Amino acid sequence: MARAVTTRRKSFNTALAWAVGLLIFFPILWTILTSFKTEAQAIASPPLFLNFNWTLENYAIVQERSDYMRFLWNSVIIAGGSTLLGVIVAVPAAWAMAFVPSKRTKDILLWMLSTKMLPAVGVLYPIYLLFIRLGLLDTRGGLVVVLMLINLPIIVWMLYTYFREIPGEILEAARMDGATLKEEILHILTPMAVPGIASTVLLNFILAWNEAFWTLNLTAVDAAPLTAFIASYSSPEGLFFAKLSAASTMAIAPILILGWFSQKQLVRGLTFGAVK
Amino acid sequence: MATQHSRSVARLMMAPAVVLLLGWMLVPLTMTLYFSFKKYLPLRGGDLGWVGFDNYIRFVSSSAFWPAVQATLVIVGGVLVITVVLGVLMAMLLDQPMWGQGVVRILVIAPFFVMPTVSALVWKNMFMDPVNGLLAHLWRFFGAEPISWLSEASMTSIVMIVSWQWLPFATLILLTAIQSLDSEQLEAAEMDGAPPLKRFYHIILPHLSRAITIVILIQTIFLLSIFAEIFVTTGGAFGTRTLTYLIFQRVLESQNVGLGSAGGVYAIILANIVAIFLMRIVGKNLDA
Repeated sequence: MARAVTTRRKSFNTALAWAVGLLIFFPILWTILTSFKTEAQAIASPPLFLNFNWTLENYAIVQERSDYMRFLWNSVIIAGGSTLLGVIVAVPAAWAMAFVPSKRTKDILLWMLSTKMLPAVGVLYPIYLLFIRLGLLDTRGGLVVVLMLINLPIIVWMLYTYFREIPGEILEAARMDGATLKEEILHILTPMAVPGIASTVLLNFILAWNEAFWTLNLTAVDAAPLTAFIASYSSPEGLFFAKLSAASTMAIAPILILGWFSQKQLVRGLTFGAVK
Repeated sequence: MATQHSRSVARLMMAPAVVLLLGWMLVPLTMTLYFSFKKYLPLRGGDLGWVGFDNYIRFVSSSAFWPAVQATLVIVGGVLVITVVLGVLMAMLLDQPMWGQGVVRILVIAPFFVMPTVSALVWKNMFMDPVNGLLAHLWRFFGAEPISWLSEASMTSIVMIVSWQWLPFATLILLTAIQSLDSEQLEAAEMDGAPPLKRFYHIILPHLSRAITIVILIQTIFLLSIFAEIFVTTGGAFGTRTLTYLIFQRVLESQNVGLGSAGGVYAIILANIVAIFLMRIVGKNLDA
């Protein structure tokens, strides 16, 4: 039986939820609005909400001051590369654990999860030193590898929980019909696994995009992604709210859009399948 | 049933992931342990020999240690309390029937996708700036003296910023959990005349307890190592130097690698204590 809800109660819920939602979203909204103001309008008292002359000049200034496109490109390469590499390594592992489980599967999974708990700062110097020795400091390749490794446990776990939902009977039937392992993977598993893999890619791309410990500590100029681009605005320089807003909007816009598609996967990915 | 052949294939398929993670864990960990027993100053003489547990003792007896522990506990504890309490309320609100639920959900979740450096800088400047920040305008509007948030109320500020970032995560997970609650049970309780508060304590809260535990454990692991939020706001000043930040300063700023590594070992031990509890819960879930 569906719960009967009076229109009045529903209206009240709606009003309250929208008010709270807008309050939480407000800092983002305010940043986006401010990015279209002039610097003088950005600090006007009382603050201007919509009644200002919209301008795009901040975006032009930010792009000129520090080549946004280069940072963006670094972010895309680092987040995309580490995710892709991670999935290539994780798919076979998760497939094996989901479909050919052994007594040790659970231990391996938990051990992988435990590597995720290693606090980054605890291994900062060794990684820093290795990067210097191997000439990887401030290179995109080095960051791709590090971010792949820190996200690998999440990728394996997410894929594992998705793969486990593929019914084993289908595989057994295929095996009975004499399908080889290669056929089994290509024609049966792949089509069923694609949605899970896509979700995994999406969430991990977001996590890698926003990662701000290794990207800040292991880059300087050449490989610096958007996290570092924004950090360069941390020392105030005269009037800069509008410019800061434009830079911030540019850094978060791509991922906000992707993020909204990944709400469901977020829960599964970040709780290691413990909450679905 | 898996054959001998498919077992060896499976082992081969797992090998790359296992080897990579094993290397990622063992190599830096061994190096950190090695450095932690050395006097090692890369810019002032380099490797100056073995010193036993000297670094471990000096790290905990330095005057910066206890304040750092305190700052860490306040940030982790404060953010946990705020996000869990508000998260439960938010989840219950979002679970109600309403118009435009999807849009509200998107609005609430958005902060989670904002990169830490952006949210810290936006809060620091556009909201917490004592002259031009929006909060200063608000304070003046009510006739109050604006606060220099990041210097006078530094810990409150950091807790606020980090809570804003993590509230979506708690809300989303608790909402997922609340949606699996059997609504007939609630209806029955409602019909039996149980007041809302009783329904909350006896039905909703017990149902959410596992999800709350998971939120607490996962957030603790992430919160213990927050870095960017402090890096771009106070730089560790005004009592906001957490354990993570202290280790970062020892290692990269003052280049005292031995001392920093000993601190790193402490951080690893601390994180592992939390991790053990998390793994138990996740492990139980695997059997189910």
